[in-house]
Amino acid sequence: MTCAVPALRNRKAGTRFRDQTMTIKTHSAGIQHAYSGMLARRRAMIVLMFGLLLISFLLDVATGPGQYPLTIIFEVLIDPMAHGARLKVIVWDYRLPVAVTAAVVGALLAVAGAQMQTILNNPLAEPFTLGVSAAASFGASLSIVLGISIIPAVGPFLVTVNAFVFALTTCGLILLATRIKGVGSETMILFGIAIFFTFSALLALMQYMASEDQIARIVFWMMGSLSRASWEKIALGGMLLAVAIPFSLIRTWPMTGLRMGEVTAASMGVDVARLRVEMLVCISLLAATAVSFVGTVGFVGLVGPHIARMLVGEDQRYLVPLAAIVGALVLSLTSLISKSITPGVIYPIGIITSLIGVPVFVSIILGTRREKLS
Amino acid sequence: MRLEITGLSAHYGDRPVLNGVAIPCIDSGAFVGVIGPNASGKSTLLKTLAGLVKPTAGAIRLGGEDITRLTRRERARRVAYMPQAFGCNALLTVFESVLLALKQTTGWRVRSENLDQVAATLATLGLGDLSGRGVADLSGGQAQMVAVAQTLVRAPDVILLDEPTSALDLHHQLSVLSVVRREAALRRPVVMAALHDLNLAAKYCDRLVLIGEGQIVADGNPENVLALRDIGRIYCVETCLERTARGGMYVDAHLPA
Repeated sequence: MTCAVPALRNRKAGTRFRDQTMTIKTHSAGIQHAYSGMLARRRAMIVLMFGLLLISFLLDVATGPGQYPLTIIFEVLIDPMAHGARLKVIVWDYRLPVAVTAAVVGALLAVAGAQMQTILNNPLAEPFTLGVSAAASFGASLSIVLGISIIPAVGPFLVTVNAFVFALTTCGLILLATRIKGVGSETMILFGIAIFFTFSALLALMQYMASEDQIARIVFWMMGSLSRASWEKIALGGMLLAVAIPFSLIRTWPMTGLRMGEVTAASMGVDVARLRVEMLVCISLLAATAVSFVGTVGFVGLVGPHIARMLVGEDQRYLVPLAAIVGALVLSLTSLISKSITPGVIYPIGIITSLIGVPVFVSIILGTRREKLS
Repeated sequence: MRLEITGLSAHYGDRPVLNGVAIPCIDSGAFVGVIGPNASGKSTLLKTLAGLVKPTAGAIRLGGEDITRLTRRERARRVAYMPQAFGCNALLTVFESVLLALKQTTGWRVRSENLDQVAATLATLGLGDLSGRGVADLSGGQAQMVAVAQTLVRAPDVILLDEPTSALDLHHQLSVLSVVRREAALRRPVVMAALHDLNLAAKYCDRLVLIGEGQIVADGNPENVLALRDIGRIYCVETCLERTARGGMYVDAHLPA
């Protein structure tokens, strides 16, 4: 019904405007409350997963050929000489480096995977699918079979250094490919597949030329192993994580924006090309270091970030730390399982991760991916 | 703040897409519709203004300042562009997707006023009920509304909308353009929208710019531009501008016999 009197019509319009403003304010408060609740759940999830990681880590240290109660292991961790020199050596020189390496390498691979998936906008991107692991394997086999060292005078670190150099070079190639105009994320994955097949073929050639003993060493390397753990490697991996996680967190908003698509991110002010280069440099170091430490472990960099993403979404403030924790948890559990199947035998971790990981991964893909978001 | 575009040219490779485009004196609060057939250069014009396409010649001045000299971040703060295609499979809620659009230019830390801005923008656009839903689960129309929210939340000096109503039903077409028009009237940014629907353009825009083959064919108030014979020539149709019973304009178009 229209109002014949202008003053009355104006008053009604003013009332309607005030009502609308009040409705918007009330609605805004509700929206903010829901968002705060979601963030609180995400923080709780990070705490929960960190707790699980601690439990897994302690069990990993407690598990081995010699059976010791968890309380004794815990006491030796706090005071190395609490139960004599023998237990100190077992815990501090054998078990702890392996358990810490599992956690650190798992975190390195998962953070690298999370960042790769974001900058290439592809859920299948990780060091394994982009050929970085295959390149590292070839580098290692080159030193095992032909004794060729890319960097001279590295002594006992020959295999590790060769693997690192080849992994880093491959990341450099991927980096160069991103600079080619018109190369999109799909092309990058195809480029990674090409690298994977190239180095796999070269690796097969090395195996063809190798002696039985050398083949055994190559295969063991390709399957992934924590047996070469050392405190020096742990310190290096830990330092990298200490730099890489803040490096990623500083770029939280551009990286999260990139998940909306390149054009949308660019329209928001994100320098997409520069961000990709910066992150690929970071990823290169993380992936090359992880692969050169433990060999090929082709699952953690894929599933670690996916589990983290399902639990806290794409917001990099939560995704990056949780991906690191989940990656560490997955490899820590893998280490635990590799020692628990047959007493006295340690199975290669790459086999365990694939056997357990692939079904889990498929169930994740087919499962309630979207429903768990909020 | 006045926007002035002079002699703007842009190329995709060797192919010229914009050729000396000049749109003088777009005052703050103006709602300019950019019309023209497919591949005429509408989107490229908006992308060039947003800094996504590098111009080969010409100048873009906002309040007398050449915005091509601004940093990418500063330019994004002052000029917000909504791309034509929207939609992604990211695990982000609607609230987060709008928040991250705001946070690209407002520092790392999320402050309470940021949350206020996002919540108010969503509520204003009627998206409050969708705020907790994942962007991957939205319909095309809902996703386009969220893209509009991402643009408005930044409170920029210039709003560039590339076909903002292309995926929307009639109700949402009118809602979005009403909200944008209200934004132009209240906060006084310059609004430029590439539109295909000439009747919507006539209804909401203060000024229309007709582009054909990368050049400005006509520039003026909707009534004058839509009445031109050039409209039919540029679109390869026959048109007739009629007055509706409520005083609006209606472009009656049909294919030539």
